[in-house]
Amino acid sequence: MEHWSPTSITDTGTQPHSVAARLARDPKVVCAGGFILFLILLAIGAPLIAPKDPLAQNLLMTTVPPVGFADAEPGFLLGTDGLGRDVLSRVIFGSRVSLTVAFVAAGLACLIGSLLGLMAGFLGNVVDALISRLVDVWMAFPPVLLSILLVALLGTGLHSVIAAIVVIDWTRFCRVVRTETMGQAQMDYVVAARTIGFSRPSILFREIFPNVVPVLIALLTLEMGIAVVVEAILSFVGLSVSSDTPTWGGMIAEGRQIVHEAWWVLAAPLAALFATVVAFNQIGDGLARSLDPVLRR
Amino acid sequence: MLLAIVVNRLAMALVTLAGVAVVVFVLLRVVPGDPVAMMISPGAGPADIAALKAHYGLDAPLLTQFWIWIKGVVTGDFGISITLHVYVTEVLASRLPATIELAVLALIVAVILGGGIAVAGTLMRRTVGEAAIDGLNSILLAVPDFIWALALVLIFAVALPVLPLTGRIDPALAQGFATKFYLAESIITFRFAVAGNIASHMAMPTLVLALPLAAVIVRLLKQSLKEAMVQDYVLLARIKGFRELHLVLQEALRNAVGPTLALTGVQFTFLIGGTVIVERIFAYPGIGNLAIDAVINRDFPLIQGLVLLFGLIFILINIGVDLTVATLNPRLRHA
Repeated sequence: MEHWSPTSITDTGTQPHSVAARLARDPKVVCAGGFILFLILLAIGAPLIAPKDPLAQNLLMTTVPPVGFADAEPGFLLGTDGLGRDVLSRVIFGSRVSLTVAFVAAGLACLIGSLLGLMAGFLGNVVDALISRLVDVWMAFPPVLLSILLVALLGTGLHSVIAAIVVIDWTRFCRVVRTETMGQAQMDYVVAARTIGFSRPSILFREIFPNVVPVLIALLTLEMGIAVVVEAILSFVGLSVSSDTPTWGGMIAEGRQIVHEAWWVLAAPLAALFATVVAFNQIGDGLARSLDPVLRR
Repeated sequence: MLLAIVVNRLAMALVTLAGVAVVVFVLLRVVPGDPVAMMISPGAGPADIAALKAHYGLDAPLLTQFWIWIKGVVTGDFGISITLHVYVTEVLASRLPATIELAVLALIVAVILGGGIAVAGTLMRRTVGEAAIDGLNSILLAVPDFIWALALVLIFAVALPVLPLTGRIDPALAQGFATKFYLAESIITFRFAVAGNIASHMAMPTLVLALPLAAVIVRLLKQSLKEAMVQDYVLLARIKGFRELHLVLQEALRNAVGPTLALTGVQFTFLIGGTVIVERIFAYPGIGNLAIDAVINRDFPLIQGLVLLFGLIFILINIGVDLTVATLNPRLRHA
């Protein structure tokens, strides 16, 4: 095992070697990563962890405030909503939709965007011109409007939400990967690989792609934060999953309606959304920092 | 030449707009979702549906529909809204001023807020103050307008009920306006009580739209300022005995502001995109709020007009940014 002693950040002589080791020393990334891990466990174990059935209505117990406030009821830690459903349980179950969208939609957008970006950056000429123009046209739509338009046309549901996010956000990956690929294609190792006679697909996927991956991972994490918000916005407008599945956005929409009577119905899912978005961003920023030699001091 | 840039950019803009037109037109027609199904009364039979479709030209072949629409667009006729039963151009003209006022006000607030914090952070560099600004700013950068909007609703509806939650103006005051630019007109005509009422309605949506842009400005401008502060000309001014604030504002800012200006322009398009959901949350009567209704009601002509309008605004802003940057930086003029 390699031996090095932890030193202060100002001592640039002993940087830990791997990205993982650097990240592990970044308190922001550790906290954020811990939170996302906690959220994943919460989502998987929701039926075991949630204190109540998230759909069970109790019309005798509507808008009960959270524990610690006047008129609170024992057993409803974060209070109840307008239909007497347990807010805490709904927030816990709501994490399922949010995380599913975060991982699936961001993953697919990353896959499609980076494939097109690799092609544009590596093949150049007509392919590059076509893909770049397509990206320009895409970027002329306001993203929120486009996502609402797509889901309205595709019909509501988890699949439509994911499809909409992928259709809109592949451009983020495409642009960055294209630029990155163009930069890498000029490097000596690519010239060397060409000289040796490697095939073009082999150069692209075995030589260039591994060098694009680090940037891609940072971007992917940031995209997860965006996907969670887009899902919440679509739920808020009433275009996400059906109303018998608890979602943070759906809860926020209900909470917005009764904010004067029961602020906690809005506050609880909003806090969960806020923490999740900040956590994904902190991980993404941390990754970008530790991968970027210029930003790393 | 600036003129060459304008011509070049306008040509590119036309190509992009044409692309936007095709994409939105095809998207609306190939995916299921029938606007006529949304508007027929329960007792209507197949004949009524066919008649309605013929009335709106929805029974013609796709290419014919597209040709008719494009011909109209070129002559400034976007058709008639299916749900509102008025010309799309009329609807857009009556709703656009509200969004323009909101977006411009938010831009001004973002520049003042972001610029101020960046200068403060530069003055406090390498202190706890700068660390605090950086920490706060990393959260501002991460959190979108949607979340800020609802957080403000919580604060100003529950904890501190001082601001109106919805609308643009108190309905009782919304009279005697010659234009739809309520805020600008009430200020110009010295009706400050009315202007105050409008400002109180706009305060929350404006702040919410301004925060993410301000955060971007803080990050880039502070970085540029810090780099400028170690340059020789700043050192010279310091030796001459100028104070720190003068160094930042008079010496460094002038040289550091370029990149921030360009980025602010690009980010302004995101701010306009953000008006869609923010207007919805605060029930603000602009084109963003209108767009959500149009989409939910599958009002094809209105959606098409709105998307083209948004596309046009985005492109005009980008051209404006390029021109500003070119004017300010002589080296780029001939590029």
